[in-house]
Amino acid sequence: MQFRHKIAGGDFAKAGNVASSVKKVLQQLNIDHVISKRTVIALYEGEVNVVAHAYSGIIEIEIDEEKIKIIITDKGPGIADIDQAMVEGFSTATPQVREMGFGAGMGLSNMKKNSDFMKISSIVEEGTVVELINYLKPDARQESK
Amino acid sequence: MQDKNQNKDFHHALKVDNDLCFGCTHCMTACPTQAIRVKNGKATIIANRCVDCGQCYIACPVSAIDVEQDDLEMIFKFPVRVILIPSVLIGQFPRKILTSDIYDALKEIGFTHIFEVETSIDMVLDSYKQFMDEHKERPMISTFCPAIVRLIQVKYPSLVGNLLRVNPPINMSAVYFMEKLKASGIRENEIGLFYATPCAAKIAAIKSPVGEIKSPVTGVINMNFLYNRILKYLQNKRTDTGVHHTDDLTSKGILWSLTRGEVVHVSGRTLAIDGMKNVNEFLENIENEKFDTFDFLELRACDESCAGGILISGNRFLTVERLQKRALRYKDQETTQELKTKNDFQNIKINQFLDNIEPRPMGRLDENTAIALKKMERKHRLMCFLPGLDCGGCGAPDCETLSEDIVQGNALISQCVFMQQQMISQNLLSPDQARQINEDIWGGDRLGKDCNKIELEDENN
Repeated sequence: MQFRHKIAGGDFAKAGNVASSVKKVLQQLNIDHVISKRTVIALYEGEVNVVAHAYSGIIEIEIDEEKIKIIITDKGPGIADIDQAMVEGFSTATPQVREMGFGAGMGLSNMKKNSDFMKISSIVEEGTVVELINYLKPDARQESK
Repeated sequence: MQDKNQNKDFHHALKVDNDLCFGCTHCMTACPTQAIRVKNGKATIIANRCVDCGQCYIACPVSAIDVEQDDLEMIFKFPVRVILIPSVLIGQFPRKILTSDIYDALKEIGFTHIFEVETSIDMVLDSYKQFMDEHKERPMISTFCPAIVRLIQVKYPSLVGNLLRVNPPINMSAVYFMEKLKASGIRENEIGLFYATPCAAKIAAIKSPVGEIKSPVTGVINMNFLYNRILKYLQNKRTDTGVHHTDDLTSKGILWSLTRGEVVHVSGRTLAIDGMKNVNEFLENIENEKFDTFDFLELRACDESCAGGILISGNRFLTVERLQKRALRYKDQETTQELKTKNDFQNIKINQFLDNIEPRPMGRLDENTAIALKKMERKHRLMCFLPGLDCGGCGAPDCETLSEDIVQGNALISQCVFMQQQMISQNLLSPDQARQINEDIWGGDRLGKDCNKIELEDENN
């Protein structure tokens, strides 16, 4: 089962719409609500990152019996130092973005906390790809670690 | 559409009156949990999805949604007949009708004792504080409005753990008055406790309680019924009836069931939201953790909270106004009254807290995720065919719900009036078959009404 959503950079009012629709899908699939909640929170943070930093992005969600895989691909400034970006509280958000209640520097670390697997690759001045996986069965999660 | 695992006995106070219902779709589109379909020309309610909020009752143009209530005659089985009245009962009457007039009318109707539901508010508030100290989940969500508790169970199951599981004021007050009467020498089986309810959700909460063993309330009497009886009595009012009534209220209690009635007494970051649409929108965001954490949320299904209850006859804004004025009069006696009721309550053992509240998620395509995935793929293919107009012509509230009904084997794609045209043009369906399908949804004589006859009836009136 695959879903694709486009998101526009800078449209904060719509940030979270993808997470909402995925939440409904996971509920209908009878996914454990703890896993579902983690996924929705990680996805929401990813969505906000695209809206806050990039020009545009595509979110692909793939669900099968084993896992939920999310790939967020954006066109944007990219991340120069990924390790630094992962540090809680580090943020390159503009003052305007912070004014709106975003850009606290918790996004990437929250995404990591709420996913079983996370991989970030980025090219400065081109864009960023974030891959997230949450496993539906507890033993699969152990193996991935 | 029934999820097999869920409790089939779930009690609802809202029923469709098939004699009055003409299958018009107003209720179906108003329902916030997509619990209504039209079949054979009548609305039908899906029990596992209904949260007893009463939006269908408000939407129905022909009063075909019935709110179940106990027969008034039932009270006469008990020598001691107590009516438990919430403050909104008084609030809905015009100001020229005195509280004492209303008490007299209730006596005349047959009650021997009149007690105010909100007497237990101080006890409830102490329990809020205790529960919030012992439980660290945030935000804590009030369980005062039973429609909201049910909405969270079915639509926001991940928030069930955030419910502030304090026994509602009606239950605490019912136990309190029962004990008080017993202390005065009356036997328990001689006492009938009846609750004047402003809405359907409170009836469902008493008949089918969530998170508690059994409600101490004997029966429910709908407030719109009482309102009419009281007004009728007051038209030819007799002398003072000398009914027993307590006046243990404080301004807190009078305002409790109105919007912001709870939040003003809870510390920390709080928010009060009323109206089903507003609550839904907010819970959606809370579940995604879009907002910073709140400490406490007061959520009420009705506009203007209980003043806008579906069984309230008076105007909801005027009801709020009258209660606010009444609360001002009670301000002075506040402290002494609080101490007095607190002392009284301390001597009585009352369940302060509710047991666990279980999630009852609606709309699961299947228990088994593999099967659910297959159904989900089919649902999305179907959505691609359907026009996306949400016209209701198929007997379901919107295209998405129809596609879910189809994958669950409860509907056919040919129910969609647009698909029917396609299928007829491709010789997949005959016009006769299409007519039959529409008759199964909308009833056989939909277009066979005798328009002249209706006009004649009107003239006779």
